[in-house]
Amino acid sequence: MTTMTDTALQSAPATPARGYWATVGRRLRRDKVAMGCALILLLIFVSALVAPWLGLADPYQGSMIRRLKPIGTPNYLLGTDELGRDMLARLVYGGRLSLLIGILPVILAFGIGTSLGLVAGYVGGKLNTAIMRTVDVFYAFPSVLLAIAISGALGAGITNSIVSLTVVFVPQITRVAESVTTGVRNMDFVEAARASGADAFTIMRVHMLGNVLGPIFVYATGLISVSMILAAGLSFLGLGTKPPEPEWGLMLNTLRTAIYVNPWVAALPGAMIFAVSICFNLLSDGMRSAMDIRN
Amino acid sequence: MFIYIARRIVYVIPIVISVALVCFLLVHITPGDPLVAVLPADASQELAAQLRVAYGFDRPLPVQFGLWLWKALHGDLGNSIATGRPVLAEVLRAVGNTVTLAIAAATIGFSFGLFFGLVAGYFRDTWIDKVATSIAIAGVSVPHYWLGMVLVIIFSVQLNWLPAVGAGPGGSGQWGWDWEHLKYLVLPAITTSVIPMGIVTRTVRALTGDILSQDFVEALRAKGLRETGVFRHVIKNAAPTALAVMGLQLGYMLGGSILIETVFSWPGSGLLLNSAIFQRDLPLLQGTILVLALFFVFLNLVVDIAQAAIDPRIKRS
Repeated sequence: MTTMTDTALQSAPATPARGYWATVGRRLRRDKVAMGCALILLLIFVSALVAPWLGLADPYQGSMIRRLKPIGTPNYLLGTDELGRDMLARLVYGGRLSLLIGILPVILAFGIGTSLGLVAGYVGGKLNTAIMRTVDVFYAFPSVLLAIAISGALGAGITNSIVSLTVVFVPQITRVAESVTTGVRNMDFVEAARASGADAFTIMRVHMLGNVLGPIFVYATGLISVSMILAAGLSFLGLGTKPPEPEWGLMLNTLRTAIYVNPWVAALPGAMIFAVSICFNLLSDGMRSAMDIRN
Repeated sequence: MFIYIARRIVYVIPIVISVALVCFLLVHITPGDPLVAVLPADASQELAAQLRVAYGFDRPLPVQFGLWLWKALHGDLGNSIATGRPVLAEVLRAVGNTVTLAIAAATIGFSFGLFFGLVAGYFRDTWIDKVATSIAIAGVSVPHYWLGMVLVIIFSVQLNWLPAVGAGPGGSGQWGWDWEHLKYLVLPAITTSVIPMGIVTRTVRALTGDILSQDFVEALRAKGLRETGVFRHVIKNAAPTALAVMGLQLGYMLGGSILIETVFSWPGSGLLLNSAIFQRDLPLLQGTILVLALFFVFLNLVVDIAQAAIDPRIKRS
């Protein structure tokens, strides 16, 4: 009997227990939809990044004689815009600004909101009340209204649009960070760290950050889709990027007048915003279910 | 219940004051002199000083805020710089059109959202669920201003069935509930309904799934309750959360209508905000945002109270 157990043990493959993040990564890689979206996003990112070396036409070079060519025109695969500029080049180059103004606010808000939420959740008391009541005030505005109010007051421009969107997302991330932190704060390992004499900053940085970052990160990735739509929306209203910069929201705005001449070319920039936004949403959904190990 | 309502209302007061403060400060974060929009370019220093006193800009900020709030409480939000008319009257006139649009969009969005959500939650992981969730995710991901453009391209430019812009024949601005007016509402309402449809679908699907996997549902089925009876329990349990989400969405539609109203030139509060921004009409900008934000706060209060009224668990906590 004993020998049998021994051989059984020896023949068992020696697989080390996989860590949480390795399991999550493996589950995510098996998710075909999420991986497909990641691939599309990667393609859009990389092509925007290396746009100057792709042999595209000059995105700023217009021509009065070739305005509003339809999709499929030789040499102008996706047609031309209202000033005769190559749409394909402008869409690829447009990814640079569009992704920047869409994603940067979420990254900034992630940093600021996580710090605020972590401090509010860990320190608690009056500081928590002060931070969370301030956050409540911003919740009293619908996010589109808040973004447009701040952008409208500050005036048009890329920096102002990034600032206003950051202000919109900080309260949302702070709220999530605070609630996750409050949940972790009284756990035994934090108590243990405190008992062993660690100061508040060390506890937050070493012991808590790793435990709260996951859920906040997933929440933040879900915001990128909203941020892309809002950032392009601000440019669409004329509050973000200024012409002649190629940017999807602004392109959609200037092409609005062309919908009676060449409707489908006019709709192209919006399709790009839609593609990026839906891919980020599906990727975020995939991450959320990959992290939910219970299922 | 009365204590709960009273507590909620008391809690709203500091929020309202802070919202007013944010709206007040908006004008003061604008770069340059707030007088810039009123002042002619060649105005003398004396005129500028006189106007500064007339508008109260020479006083300390807290005093300015106090005076502004006091006037606002009495329904005086100042006059629009562009038209010279009282801001409050301008805003309330426009808000009416936005409410019409939001209610039409809510009717479409919530009906489809509830239907898709319930069906998807009930038939989880079947093809029905997959179709419904795909529609929902497209709904929450679509840039709605672009969808508006695409709908205009299809139904106005190509098919010529529906008008592309405006809110009534001849641009009279007088709304009526006949087909001549309603056909102007169709495209903006569908466009506005897409996001709430997606969000309600996702919420209700998750709720339905959670409720169906709970023990009490198994107990209900075990004691022989028919599926329609089980369904009633699902609805009852999902209602408070679904209601809260729908209330919030209605608020977003009212407050966030600027993009869609710009696409369709719908003469609501969003279009008013748009012109206030680009004409640098600061009193109008401030007033419109204040009214819309207060609307949103009020709506949230109503939703909270309604939620407590139908869900006894909330009152107790």
